[in-house]
Amino acid sequence: MSEARTNILRRLSAGKPHFAAPAAATRVPLARWDVPGRIDQFRNKMESVRAEVHVTVRDRWPDLLKSLVTEKQLSNLLYAPNGPLGETLSQAWRKEDPSPLICRNEAVDEWKEELFFNIGGAITAARWGIAETGSLVLWPTTEEPRSFSLVPPVHIAVLEAKDIYDTFADLVEQQNWHLCMPTNALLISGPSKTADIEQTLAYGVHGPIELIIIVIT
Amino acid sequence: MQQKVEFHDRAGKALHNPQIRSNFRYAMDGLMLKRLRSFPDLDELNRLRLRSAEIRANALARLPELLEQLEARCRENGIQVHWAETAEQANEIVLGIMNRHGAKLLIKGKSMVSEEMELNHYLEQHGIECLESDLGEYILQLAGEPPSHIVAPAIHKSRQQVAQLFKEKFPDIPYSDDVDTLTRNARDILRRKFYEAPVGLSGVNFAVAETGTICLVENEGNGRMCTTIPPVHIAVTGIEKVVEKLSDVPPLLSILPRSATGQHITTYFNMISSPRKPDEKDGPDEVHLLLLDNGRSHIYKDAELIATLRCIRCGACMNHCPVYARIGGHAYGTTIPGPIGSILEPQKAGLDQLGELATASTLCGACGEVCPVRIPIPELLNRLRFERVRQDHTGATRGQGGQRDPWEARIWKAWSWVHANPMLYRLSMRMATGLRWLLPNRLGPWTSVRTAPRPAAKSLHTLAREKGFDHE
Repeated sequence: MSEARTNILRRLSAGKPHFAAPAAATRVPLARWDVPGRIDQFRNKMESVRAEVHVTVRDRWPDLLKSLVTEKQLSNLLYAPNGPLGETLSQAWRKEDPSPLICRNEAVDEWKEELFFNIGGAITAARWGIAETGSLVLWPTTEEPRSFSLVPPVHIAVLEAKDIYDTFADLVEQQNWHLCMPTNALLISGPSKTADIEQTLAYGVHGPIELIIIVIT
Repeated sequence: MQQKVEFHDRAGKALHNPQIRSNFRYAMDGLMLKRLRSFPDLDELNRLRLRSAEIRANALARLPELLEQLEARCRENGIQVHWAETAEQANEIVLGIMNRHGAKLLIKGKSMVSEEMELNHYLEQHGIECLESDLGEYILQLAGEPPSHIVAPAIHKSRQQVAQLFKEKFPDIPYSDDVDTLTRNARDILRRKFYEAPVGLSGVNFAVAETGTICLVENEGNGRMCTTIPPVHIAVTGIEKVVEKLSDVPPLLSILPRSATGQHITTYFNMISSPRKPDEKDGPDEVHLLLLDNGRSHIYKDAELIATLRCIRCGACMNHCPVYARIGGHAYGTTIPGPIGSILEPQKAGLDQLGELATASTLCGACGEVCPVRIPIPELLNRLRFERVRQDHTGATRGQGGQRDPWEARIWKAWSWVHANPMLYRLSMRMATGLRWLLPNRLGPWTSVRTAPRPAAKSLHTLAREKGFDHE
């Protein structure tokens, strides 16, 4: 153990002051919504930060996605064939040639150049959603690594309406996050943005320029 | 007392710079309004402030245990933990990691602790390039200036000034003062750097002891880039940023962005609990957490001043400060400016060095009112004003008594003596009213923008007595 560590901990333990802890707060009552209310809240918050939200039924989402890819003129769409969306996606484009879908099985380090400069968009599943703040929650996996939702200029996320929680606090508590934290857990609330120049909002700094969410009811 | 002269000098210059005045006024008005709108329910705000203050105070009450727990959990998760007592030691640790990897480029997310360490300067002396990737910090790096606000570092610059800077540094890119174009240009310039950099550095917003998790709050995605793409990630933090439980994070995350910029949440909330695992396809192979003391354990000794360490760096106190809004962040001459800087920095550097900052306040109380973790900043400013002149040397604050002025002390002693003796008091009042014409018209800086005060011909006591109120 380092000397710095010993000294810091010694100073803190020796100097430990006795101070009155501030008055305990009553637990902040959490916002509550029913399922349609939750989707509305999620959509409103997301749209307020210029994310695109499409709500659809299970059977229709592949067609919706196909029209979005055409509309956005994506040169290609990065996906994970073994991820939760893989099979549906392969099915959706099975007849088209050439298909916009592309996948890479190697570690990202092997095709970094392509990831940074030649991918038009990437699609991933979102594990959960948060209604209160309009947030996607991702626990990136081996199949859908974290750079999928970060590097390409367009990120499309597919979220099941039943996985939307009212608040972040609810989600952390009910899913027992403290027992199973992954390498990286992410809350994503809109496309990348900045207000560093004159407090003026500008979208698409270093992360995705567009965030498109398909909510399946 | 060198600092006093420097501070007054810088403040004076800022006050006479109309561009600085208008840039700050515009930005502070906007930020105050945005914060106000993001808390429509005052009851909710008050409960959330109580809860957040409680979380931070409880974490501080158990700080040594929580730091050990954080270290143990991080190690179990594969994160390497380093401790530094001083900025110098912290810089050496970062340099050591860079050298071990033969790394010549460090790409940085926003970190006020790295500013405190003056890391860029240190690494550059050792032949390592540091590149700021937060847009505001990047602009300042191009300009060769320090941040003037902890959340919006380039707030003192206008769009035209930024455009001019880009034109000078990148003559090939066509001139534009359109914010979207400037932002997109910065994206293109920095993209390749994220891809090339062997090491990324970030700050830490909360470090969770329970799970060994580093939490980062950001909007741009550069923080995620710095912590995801380079093979090595170094996170630097002050030892006070630890919280006990994962369930402490949601309330703090709810209040931080709303207090800072009025956003209901930031674009990204990034929770890192380990380096890349064997089957994973991206993320850094090495994650380092650097815990910096640099005077914090000293502040920790005082039961009242310890509240300084609750700060979650939202910047609301500076956004609402009438002094900060007029003189801007650079005048303070410290890493953290504004009200929180005026209590934090003098305690770290010593009151003999920076004690003057405790007087850079009107004590209007706005900072304490908006603080999301209820730090009683005005009370602490007053406390430090006492500490800087106290003579008994029984306090724990560094440099206490260092700014005691013997003349000022004598005047106050005389004042209290006069007020404790009725005879003397009456005599002095008679002198003040009788000899009032002797008061000069010029009274130093006071009369440079005001007319000199003139004592009344008759004191209130005299007037009352004339009206027949003879007794107390």
